[in-house]
Amino acid sequence: MTYNFDTLALHAGQVPDETFGARATPIYLTTSFVFKDSDQAAALFNMERAGHVYSRISNPTNAVLEERIAALEGGVGAIAVASGQAAMHLAIATLMGAGSHIVASRSLYGGSHNLLDYTLPRFGITTTFVDPRDLDAWRAAIRPETRLLFGETLGNPGLDVLDIPQVAALAHEHGLPLMVDSTFTTPWLMRPFDHGADLIFHSATKFLGGHGVAIGGLLVDGGSFDWEASGGKFPTLTEPYEGFHGMDFSEESTVAAFLLRARREGLRDFGACMSPMTAFQLLQGVETLPLRMERHIANTRQAVAHLMKHEAVAGVGYPELENHPDHALAQKLLPRGAGSVFSFTLKGGRAAGRKFIEALRVFSHLANVGDAKSLVIHPASTTHFRMSDAALVAAGIHPGTIRLSIGLEDAGDLIEDLNRGLAAAQKT
Amino acid sequence: MQIEINGQAAYAYTGGKPFDAGLPCVVFIHGAQNDHSVWGLQSRWFAHHGFAVLAVDLPGHGRSAGKPLPSIEDLADWIELLLEKVGAGDTVKCVSLVGHSMGSLTALECASRHPARIARIALIGTAVPMPVSDVLLGPAKDNEPKAIAMINGWSHSPRGTVGGNTVPGMWMLGAARRLMERQKPGVLHNDLAACNAYGHGMEAAAALACPALVVSGSRDMMTHPKAAAKLATVIKDVRSVSLDGAGHALMAEQPDAVLDALRGFIL
Repeated sequence: MTYNFDTLALHAGQVPDETFGARATPIYLTTSFVFKDSDQAAALFNMERAGHVYSRISNPTNAVLEERIAALEGGVGAIAVASGQAAMHLAIATLMGAGSHIVASRSLYGGSHNLLDYTLPRFGITTTFVDPRDLDAWRAAIRPETRLLFGETLGNPGLDVLDIPQVAALAHEHGLPLMVDSTFTTPWLMRPFDHGADLIFHSATKFLGGHGVAIGGLLVDGGSFDWEASGGKFPTLTEPYEGFHGMDFSEESTVAAFLLRARREGLRDFGACMSPMTAFQLLQGVETLPLRMERHIANTRQAVAHLMKHEAVAGVGYPELENHPDHALAQKLLPRGAGSVFSFTLKGGRAAGRKFIEALRVFSHLANVGDAKSLVIHPASTTHFRMSDAALVAAGIHPGTIRLSIGLEDAGDLIEDLNRGLAAAQKT
Repeated sequence: MQIEINGQAAYAYTGGKPFDAGLPCVVFIHGAQNDHSVWGLQSRWFAHHGFAVLAVDLPGHGRSAGKPLPSIEDLADWIELLLEKVGAGDTVKCVSLVGHSMGSLTALECASRHPARIARIALIGTAVPMPVSDVLLGPAKDNEPKAIAMINGWSHSPRGTVGGNTVPGMWMLGAARRLMERQKPGVLHNDLAACNAYGHGMEAAAALACPALVVSGSRDMMTHPKAAAKLATVIKDVRSVSLDGAGHALMAEQPDAVLDALRGFIL
């Protein structure tokens, strides 16, 4: 038998502690693990026996979180790292080196865009950004040295829904994997492997944790991509690696070559590991993910409906609305809901935005999303304050645009708070 | 390691060390719809402890070309050809066959048909006979995803179904499913039909000239431990090991225990 999603969210990866019977996952807050004898030590180092050596490489608490997210995503395994950015970097560094190229959606989180556009070129890895809705643009951007296609399941800031089946098919036509950032959707709203994606990463800081107390990332491997069939594009996975006993990772593991290399090289050498304490905190969040996501979506739908009919609002961007460009795709790929982060635009520009924010009492004004508490930010006066109104519009952000991350509070209280802000905005 | 057998390219993982025909040889034989990678830890251990290892991809599986062979007898002869090709057993006296599920039948039949070369056999997750119900054979022919889901559900113990993999970060059910999905269409039905049709296993076991190890999981629903125990009663020189709580996917659920059982038998 196999278990369903809500059961896996509570149990996958963990059986009660055999020594003391602890039901909750113990926090193995230790840097290292005692070897039984010299033979076992050698066998662990040489991958002849399974187990833990040093917590930068693996840890029992982290392993529960890794298994759990792999189970929820329908993957073969996962690696927990220090942040979502660390997960993205680990994936890229495992797949490619200097001279390689990425094709990415232009609708990305700012940190991801920065890594691709400014930082990685310094290490010889370049990226071409494309309109995620333009399949021809994806195709035209692929070059002989391309090694990865990348996008967000729900893009930033316009909530573009990535057409994973189409983009994955294009990637596979060219012997390339598709990686998606699934932070905004979580496996409860969509499981990208079911639609053709090959790698997934999460900023677990957001919905997976849900409590806003821990920074962490998770990189998940679907195990379907045939690295050896890609005509030598991925030597890190298909050729002997002198840095680890001459291991050919694809030969070693048919379905987990990527994870093997990422852990045995990436975690070992780059060292962006997750603390076991963080893994424990994130596990507490994952246990209630199905319940929380259901509430996130219900509250979001109420907030969207309310804002849509308010006279102070110029427009709302949410893929469940018929006027959103990806409405049909969202119906197909995101039937449970299109996330709980969305933007709306106030009539009245920057001044209205500032007034709106300052009048709110329940929504917290900060730069994060995916918390159990409702969050708000006004890009024109914070993250994008240096940009002119014209430049903002070119980036798809209006001076009066407000981004909300709808939390789990009473929906009536949230509507009342929004009304408070909208009334203030109308007075500008 | 690439080898040509019957004009077809065949692959065997050698445990991370070059194959040396002068060493005692251990051949690992996977089960239905699997490949060499199910033996990752155990095969690697033997290769680094004085053995020449061949963890094969049977014809039509994994990296080995051709169509899957239709009977256990054909598979047994293929293993013999492989050994002949690499010279295993020519310069040393000791070739051990280790088989899981369909691979265990192959090991048994190979030792029965070619006794001169085989020093011992280890049968893991085994039952003789190994009948496969139409409930599974039907979907294996017409609806492989359904058959794979059925096998995955039945192959793991209650504990294995929840996880707790000893290999950090790996989700056993996901990896097992994906490995089965990676095999070519038609392989699954061929393999299950071959297991189902193998009719003289008990006679082969009774006539075995070499020692045998039978390893069973106490929660194995695919090859029930009672069937393994019954098999052991007819083998003259047999050692039986039961792994408490393990399902049919013993190498994934209890890799160290499987290795320890093999070490105790082969060393």
